[in-house]
Amino acid sequence: MHGSTEVVAGHALEHHFADMGQQRAAATLGMWVFLITEVLFFGGMITAYLVYRVAFYDAWKVGSEHMEFWKGTINTVLLLCSSFTMVLAVWASQVGKKNLLVLFLCITMLFGIGFEAVKGVEYYNHFREGSVPGQFWHLDIEGADVPHVQLFFVIYFVITGFHALHLAIGIGILGVLAFQAWKGKFTPYYNNPIEITGLYWHFVDIVWIFLYPLLYLISRKHT
Amino acid sequence: MSEHVIAWKTYLWVWLALMALMAITAFLSTVDLGQWNTPVALAIGVVKALLVVFFFMHVRYESQKMIWAVVVAGVVWLFIMMGLTMTDMLTRTWTGVPGH
Amino acid sequence: MATVAAPAVERENYLNTDYGIRSWLLTVDHKRIAILYLISITFMFFIGGFFATMIRLELLTPAGDLMSSDTYNKMFTMHGVTMVWWFLIPSIPAVLGNFLVPLMVGAKDMAFPKINLASWYLFMISAGLLLYVMLTGGIDTGWTFYVPFSTSYSNSHVIAAGVAVFINGFSTIFTGLNFVVTIHRMRAPGMTWSRLPLFLWSNYANAVIMLLATPVLAIVLVLVALERAFGIGFFTPQLGGDPLLFQHLFWFYSHPAVYIMILPSMGVVSEVVSTFCRKRIFGYAFVALASIAIAVLGFLVWAHHMFVSGMSAYAAMVFSLLSYCVAVPSAIKVFNWTSTMYKGSISMATPMLYAMGFIGLFTMGGLTGLFVAALGVDVHVTDTYFIVAHFHYILVGGAVMGYMAGIHFWWPKITGRMYSEVWGKIAAGVIFIGFNLTFFPQFVLGYLGMPRRYHAYPPEFQVLNTLSTAGASILAVGYLLPLLYLLFSLKYGEVATDNPWGATGLEWRTTSPPPTANFEESPVVTWEAYDYSSIPEVPVAR
Repeated sequence: MHGSTEVVAGHALEHHFADMGQQRAAATLGMWVFLITEVLFFGGMITAYLVYRVAFYDAWKVGSEHMEFWKGTINTVLLLCSSFTMVLAVWASQVGKKNLLVLFLCITMLFGIGFEAVKGVEYYNHFREGSVPGQFWHLDIEGADVPHVQLFFVIYFVITGFHALHLAIGIGILGVLAFQAWKGKFTPYYNNPIEITGLYWHFVDIVWIFLYPLLYLISRKHT
Repeated sequence: MSEHVIAWKTYLWVWLALMALMAITAFLSTVDLGQWNTPVALAIGVVKALLVVFFFMHVRYESQKMIWAVVVAGVVWLFIMMGLTMTDMLTRTWTGVPGH
Repeated sequence: MATVAAPAVERENYLNTDYGIRSWLLTVDHKRIAILYLISITFMFFIGGFFATMIRLELLTPAGDLMSSDTYNKMFTMHGVTMVWWFLIPSIPAVLGNFLVPLMVGAKDMAFPKINLASWYLFMISAGLLLYVMLTGGIDTGWTFYVPFSTSYSNSHVIAAGVAVFINGFSTIFTGLNFVVTIHRMRAPGMTWSRLPLFLWSNYANAVIMLLATPVLAIVLVLVALERAFGIGFFTPQLGGDPLLFQHLFWFYSHPAVYIMILPSMGVVSEVVSTFCRKRIFGYAFVALASIAIAVLGFLVWAHHMFVSGMSAYAAMVFSLLSYCVAVPSAIKVFNWTSTMYKGSISMATPMLYAMGFIGLFTMGGLTGLFVAALGVDVHVTDTYFIVAHFHYILVGGAVMGYMAGIHFWWPKITGRMYSEVWGKIAAGVIFIGFNLTFFPQFVLGYLGMPRRYHAYPPEFQVLNTLSTAGASILAVGYLLPLLYLLFSLKYGEVATDNPWGATGLEWRTTSPPPTANFEESPVVTWEAYDYSSIPEVPVAR
């Protein structure tokens, strides 16, 4: 119990685990199981997207044409790079390089913040052009497709909104970890929080990997 | 803790591959492949996702086999939800409306 | 096995180790969290029961004379919402599962004790929000929140109720996550999968359902809330939306949800039947795998709730066929339980009475499920009292009886006291009679065509409705009795031994109640599940 010998970098083994190996395995499995719930959460929205896309493909094309291709592409690049720096942060924690760990965590955060900034500009532009569904809708497209194009934008805002929310939470957690890393909390023996935060971050990246073609690349006319 | 440490160069190669696939996706979207645009874009997305899952998320080196089961289950359940829903959506018009 | 401890010196256990409200509200001990849940869901059960009382009082007479139709809509909605999400889904997992899973695997606690406590706080926050909704006008959409009524036409607190269910869903997800990781990673040495008690197999399969289904409920409620709040057409036909998309997404969760409500009860029945027949469960591997099969197949059948909605007839055929398949593993379990009883040394203790009630009543409910899985029959009986009777046989005759069996079975372990066996048997009998009198007439009513969710009905249905209401009042008495005698036993009940039933699980090899760390020494398991040869026979039936 509390007399366990593993007191590592000031962090004791949790009382209910037999050893650090079990604690680490449980935490990692726990994060993966949590991610599967996120797969189903986003999956519900993707199902809705799929149903309406099959029914209203033309409206989906029109909607996609009103997406900003270059901003979406830049955002995809930002997230892929952030995944790279995130895994480098994990590597740094595994080999005990504290300064690199802090550096990579901060760079990952910056990539994430950059993504959110671009997204914010995109949202604002949508608002200006009138493609926010509901009472602010005044997008200039021809007649009968309007209701279905609104559906596209409802899904766009809901999915990317939740994605951005998840990313923001990730950025917050990274901030906390960067601070703790700077204080010397993580060592090669105890770096599990970095690893499982990495798992979460990569998941958010994977969601975007699929959102990019689904939302931005339906039609070949790029604005 | 004996945790499998992967060389950072491996991550570099994966990142370069991801960047290349990113560029291909963006480029192909400007090329008219007819009905194949979407499947190709999604297929490249799948490859990117697999690279992230296997290398960045360490699934390739993961000692807990349960985690493979979790990943597979997530994908399978997603397909159950989408697939069985589409059986309704795609076949609703097969039965005509009486009188028409 | 320890003899009864002298009352003069009470051993330290998880209950007396620390007093004070903070030690309870900030506990991370899974056993204390289970008690917190026990109190909360018992309270919510009686709230749900109150709404049931309102329904049955209205239906005593054919005219809609007790309340307006709008108010009646709120009554059955609040009854369903409360019972499903604030009683049935958490009942066995959050109370018995939280208490027993670490004990049964031989661990000191759950994998994530703080997440466990967070799960209870989320439950309480969601319950508070639900009570607020009830007190400020309630909701009237039916527990199924169908669109476009819930998004466009209802004048009730749909969004607030949706948020309450959303938060409750996270409570469920946290519980499921803890179960999966604990069962995978925290089993004691020697506790292999094939030595796990079947209660754990059922709760494990149940946890998988909770994790995979609940997020879809979360997103569909968000979409309903957004449509309602911002007037954006998502499921609205005028804006090109499809109301059936809502139904697909809703039932993708809600059908597996009914398996969330029944699987843990099946786990309890396995434990109780084995113990009170003093025999290994017949076909252990089949029962274990049947739990997994129910969890998987349960995800493939959801559209059988939509047969008359206008969905594709071809897809309906597919879902009908799959619905027949999902009955098979449940039937396997029933056959295995009855085979266990054959030539077993049966004791008619209170938990066993509830378990036998479960087997009979669940079978009736399940078989009527097959009736309605047939497309032709379902067109006739859908949205009638036949359906109401069908699911109440499973949920009340099945799940709640399983819960009662479990509460009585593990009461000595949880509290260190024995309840009054006489009153236990009386209550079980009253509940059984009350239940059947309430719900059997509803099968007939439904078949004769009485629609559900109507506060008035043609006069020729009055006799059956009166019988049903009479039954409900008997059932209410039946549920109040355990509240009284179980509470009474806390102070005046006979002090329990470590293993009063002569059962085989690891939880019975520690004291009643257990110490905070569950075991004096970490156990090492060297025996198979349900190995009675090592447990001395204990006289049980009294």
